[in-house]
Amino acid sequence: MSDETSKPAGGVGRRDALKAMAAAAVVPMLPESAAAAPAPAPREPLPLLDDQQRPVKRKGPRGTPSDPVLQVAKADWPMKLSLRELTTLSVLCDMIIPADAKSPSASAVGAPGYINEWASRPGGDASLVRVRGGLAWLDRESQSRFGKRFHLATNAQRTQICDDICYVPKAKPEHVFAAQFFDTIRDQTATAFYTTPQGWKDLGYIGNVAIPKFEGPSAAIRKQIGLD
Amino acid sequence: MTSRSKVAPQYDVIVVGSGAGGGMAAYQLSVNGLKVLLLEAGRDYDPVTETPMFQTPKDAPLRGSGNADKPFGFYDATVDGGWRVPGEPFTTAPGTQFSWWRARMLGGRTNHWGRISLRMGEYDFKPKSRDGLGEDWPMTYETLAPYYDKTELLIGVYGGDDDLENTPRSSPGVLQPPPAARSYELLTKQACDHLKIPVIPAHRAVITQRQDSARLPAKLHPGNRLAQRVLKQSMDSRMACFYATDCGRGCSIKAAFQSTTVLIPPAMATGNVTLITEAMVREVTVDKQGRATGVHYIDKLTRVDHHVTAKVVVLAASACETSRIMLNSKSSIFPNGIANGSGVVGKYLMDTVGAGLSAQIPRLEGLPPINEDGAAGIHMYMPWWLYGDQKAGKMNFARGYHIEFGGGRGMPGPGIFGGLESFTGGAYGKKFKEEARRYYGSFMYFDGRGEMIPNEDSYCELDPVQVDQWGIPVLRFHWKWSEHEINQAAHMHKTFAEIIEGMGGKVQGTVQTDGNKAIAAGGSIIHEVGTVRMGSDPKKSVLNEFGQAWEVKNLFVTDGASFVSNADKNPTLSILALAWRSCDYIVDEMKKGTI
Repeated sequence: MSDETSKPAGGVGRRDALKAMAAAAVVPMLPESAAAAPAPAPREPLPLLDDQQRPVKRKGPRGTPSDPVLQVAKADWPMKLSLRELTTLSVLCDMIIPADAKSPSASAVGAPGYINEWASRPGGDASLVRVRGGLAWLDRESQSRFGKRFHLATNAQRTQICDDICYVPKAKPEHVFAAQFFDTIRDQTATAFYTTPQGWKDLGYIGNVAIPKFEGPSAAIRKQIGLD
Repeated sequence: MTSRSKVAPQYDVIVVGSGAGGGMAAYQLSVNGLKVLLLEAGRDYDPVTETPMFQTPKDAPLRGSGNADKPFGFYDATVDGGWRVPGEPFTTAPGTQFSWWRARMLGGRTNHWGRISLRMGEYDFKPKSRDGLGEDWPMTYETLAPYYDKTELLIGVYGGDDDLENTPRSSPGVLQPPPAARSYELLTKQACDHLKIPVIPAHRAVITQRQDSARLPAKLHPGNRLAQRVLKQSMDSRMACFYATDCGRGCSIKAAFQSTTVLIPPAMATGNVTLITEAMVREVTVDKQGRATGVHYIDKLTRVDHHVTAKVVVLAASACETSRIMLNSKSSIFPNGIANGSGVVGKYLMDTVGAGLSAQIPRLEGLPPINEDGAAGIHMYMPWWLYGDQKAGKMNFARGYHIEFGGGRGMPGPGIFGGLESFTGGAYGKKFKEEARRYYGSFMYFDGRGEMIPNEDSYCELDPVQVDQWGIPVLRFHWKWSEHEINQAAHMHKTFAEIIEGMGGKVQGTVQTDGNKAIAAGGSIIHEVGTVRMGSDPKKSVLNEFGQAWEVKNLFVTDGASFVSNADKNPTLSILALAWRSCDYIVDEMKKGTI
């Protein structure tokens, strides 16, 4: 039960309320408005309880991780992989998804950049260790086998290494970490590649367009999958 | 505070929460001329301008994948919500595993829900009479059926006219035409036909045709010109589904139902609703006679505590949050929380039993391009089909489940081909691209959604120590499955494996014979209901069949908290229908002057 009906603002003095409002006013609500008005004017005091006045309402996303501005979304955390690492990674991505007659290679659609974003993400420390450790291993392995870093090796030489680490269940004990690393990069390269328009086209994904009526499968497809 | 609050209530009704139960209450009460104050703990949210329709994973951080802040993906409609809400913790008793999803935004979780809208059937209202377990509802299916019809007409639901045991059909002309089945849905039906498992059109709150705005408003609100006017306007603003973009993002064309597109706009258009967002309600206040006088809420922008008053208080804050408010509303008249003389507030918490299995179906490999986005969610499903075996005592669990399933050639997103290493023996290079083309569209999943029987060991209470950042005592959860749920989860796995085998497919993962290893954690299906149940006996329930508190005549609950049982039918449609019925009662009783 209420014991404070006579006190203003539930016991908070007007000064405190104004301080709280001043603090609230400097929190950017929308990036655009924050950019346009770097020093917002103090707001009118909030109506403490008066149904004649409409309370102040916040509209639209506030631009926080749990309430991002969906239309201008970008990863806003620092990227951690070095140029040297990205060079090796880029070549590895293209070993996994090379260009062919139907679509470009993974690096051509930005896979290394996406993997950097993924490995650098907040809370992604274990991923970063795996990616960095794997890339370092790859260059060292290539150096010891062929006397040059992975990206400078020939395609046949790179294939020799990849064949050793492309399948965890069959990897030699000394290659288990490298095989786990390879599988991680394969998964992430696939995510990067197949979420692009080029990747969609490669797979034959033709949705995400408005259509007036949804039809079931054609007679040809019904036959192909064994419905008729 | 103004002194006015001591003289006369400022509003006819305060509605706490703006999701399914609160949105429906605000709509129904306001179109009947009542002055409503609608309080929402989250921010204002407008699906028309904010929904990321057609945005692609490539344009999102991490290709749109989920994280702790956006658990269901970057583009999921839910903002400021999820499995954790910063500054608003909850606790679990030692040994309890329970997850609590919350959506702190206008419209609550109706913004992102799956839109699956299944009616409870005649058995579902009288489970105890049927098998001796749980408790009966204080009403029958026949009582609620007209409200199901009206709710389906109001929000727009597609579905078929099958009439199966305990799976009632809607009245003729109520449902919208269901979309055609997709290839994988037809293939699944073929296998299920052999297993004698029915596969029928799903019911989902998505309109496949414009609503008949010339006829429906008068049919739903006879003689009420205000209601007819605002509803016609609302229906005219909705477009039919155009079979693209995930409903979970919300729907800017208003084809999919959400409170923020279908209930709140017409409610606001009446001119009878005052909406205050970021208003965290903590307590219902009472006078010396024990009548509700209003609520306290904390304005999250200023952290200032406010008191507002009304003749009637309607709680629809989501099941557990409603319990929390009631338990925190302590007074000399109600030392254990408002209207809680029975001690039932917080008790009989239920979720849906969930278990799932994935599969790879060779017959779906290498298909030519086809657009299978459809209405985003399921077009077909399997209602529970073994009522007869349960009645005959042939099963080791008492209640049923339905099956939701999907797959096919949906939008490639993050994690696609995550399992391809094992399917291809570690393919990379040109081989990997060929394998990806072959396997794309051939993966499926099957999810069971089953009834949990309420038990004494699953409940929430106030944590004796912990408060949230608003100083409000938080909930502590207790959770325990019974053998019925555990055995049911194992049965789900067995059934899915049979279906997958019947399709000539391969199960991915392990078919669990121990249901403990198959069952999803309590709360994780996000169908938590109960804790303020209705009933016919004031000693064993908190509310009567109209959601009215036995002990506080002007206090109502219109969210899932009032549920007596949790049939396998997804709860939102029933929440909406029950809320409508409660509101009709409130309007009548206020006219009569009894509340």
